[in-house]
Amino acid sequence: MTADRALADARAADEVLAKGEGGPLTGVPVAHKDIFCTDGIRTTCSSKMLSNFVAPYDATVVRRWRAAGTVLLGKTNMDEFAMGSSNETSYFGPVRNPWDLRRVPGGSSGGSAAAVAACIAPVATGTDTGGSIRQPAALTNLTGIKPTYGRVSRYGMIAFASSLDQAGVLARSAEDAALLLEAMSGFDPNDSTSVDRPVPNYAAELNQPLNGLRVGIIREFFGAGLDPAVEKCVRAAIEQLQKEGAVIKDVSLPSLPLSVPTYYVVAPAECSSNLSRFDGVRFGHRCEQPKDLLDLYKRSRGEGFGAEVKRRIMTGTYVLSAGYYDAYYLQAQKCRALIADDFARLQ
Amino acid sequence: MSLTRTQVEGIAHLARLEITEAQMPVYVDSLSRIIDFVEQLAAADTAGIEPMAHPLADQVQRLRPDAVSETDQREKFQQNAPSVAAGLYLVPKVIE
Repeated sequence: MTADRALADARAADEVLAKGEGGPLTGVPVAHKDIFCTDGIRTTCSSKMLSNFVAPYDATVVRRWRAAGTVLLGKTNMDEFAMGSSNETSYFGPVRNPWDLRRVPGGSSGGSAAAVAACIAPVATGTDTGGSIRQPAALTNLTGIKPTYGRVSRYGMIAFASSLDQAGVLARSAEDAALLLEAMSGFDPNDSTSVDRPVPNYAAELNQPLNGLRVGIIREFFGAGLDPAVEKCVRAAIEQLQKEGAVIKDVSLPSLPLSVPTYYVVAPAECSSNLSRFDGVRFGHRCEQPKDLLDLYKRSRGEGFGAEVKRRIMTGTYVLSAGYYDAYYLQAQKCRALIADDFARLQ
Repeated sequence: MSLTRTQVEGIAHLARLEITEAQMPVYVDSLSRIIDFVEQLAAADTAGIEPMAHPLADQVQRLRPDAVSETDQREKFQQNAPSVAAGLYLVPKVIE
């Protein structure tokens, strides 16, 4: 919680609004996933490694939402370094699902999902590498969007797997998501993967008729393992889209079975590289009384990272190591091209 | 088990991670299962396929002029450091 700052910002917003000024987001309270750097406020990535880290600057997403007039309530819990799908890997303890406290809220943006679902904050940021916005949104009855890669700046967003990571929104409606997504999107010279294209007015497109909109239904998602209750909801949504005039098309992504194993190689490989920066020297956890530099690296990292993070770093180290690189990493990058080809072929 | 304990010890060393004696069997088991799972990628026919280096095919790496754009904030950055002196990061003695 950033209570003092939130109250001060809220009073300032009240003054702006009293003068009849401000925009649609002036005074709207928000929460940030604790993966976004916030100047002067702790940014932990829910890891022991960064439990005392105070970022020296604001992430672009943080800066843009603040410039739009939003009021920061605080930072939300998450799976450690965004690695998890249940929010159980956080160093600070798990997050529960506000709809049923015996259940998980999903992850890794589980704290943001729970905060919005429980009406603690109307909107919150999330990040998504392999489902970390979409899955918790689904598990807490929210609208969550992982925008197209390059749409939202990742400057100041702690990296997990850089060819997959993207920032987005968790909200209670498509309208809220549209307004906040627009406020965070756009080109940023500080992110070398940021795409320089105009940001549409998302909210203006919300009430457009769906007549003629083509919606592909991916055949492979309706196979073995689909829960009948989930299928019923999805079929009802398809029917609703059809009633609104959308054209439903049966489509196939034959390389779909490759996607999870490909992810299991690509994401850990990039994580092992990205997380090598945590060495106990310049910032982050340092072990007690290191006997030499190697001991400092090994024990600081061994103590600072949780079990899941260590597992992924080691998986990535293995698939990138000499003798295994071609068989695993390069083959996964080729499979990735096959998966992309499936999408390119859709008409 | 597709990975041996010796292999996992080697991986942990390359990754600069200390794994305790008690945790080691857990990692041997879980890493082996992950490697077994991703083994199925070998069956995919990728002959003639270019590996994907960047998710956006038409994206090129931007360059900027080689000019100073940041101000010196060393003291602020070093507030997060575990050990500093005279503006330097301190580590255990490297050269005897």
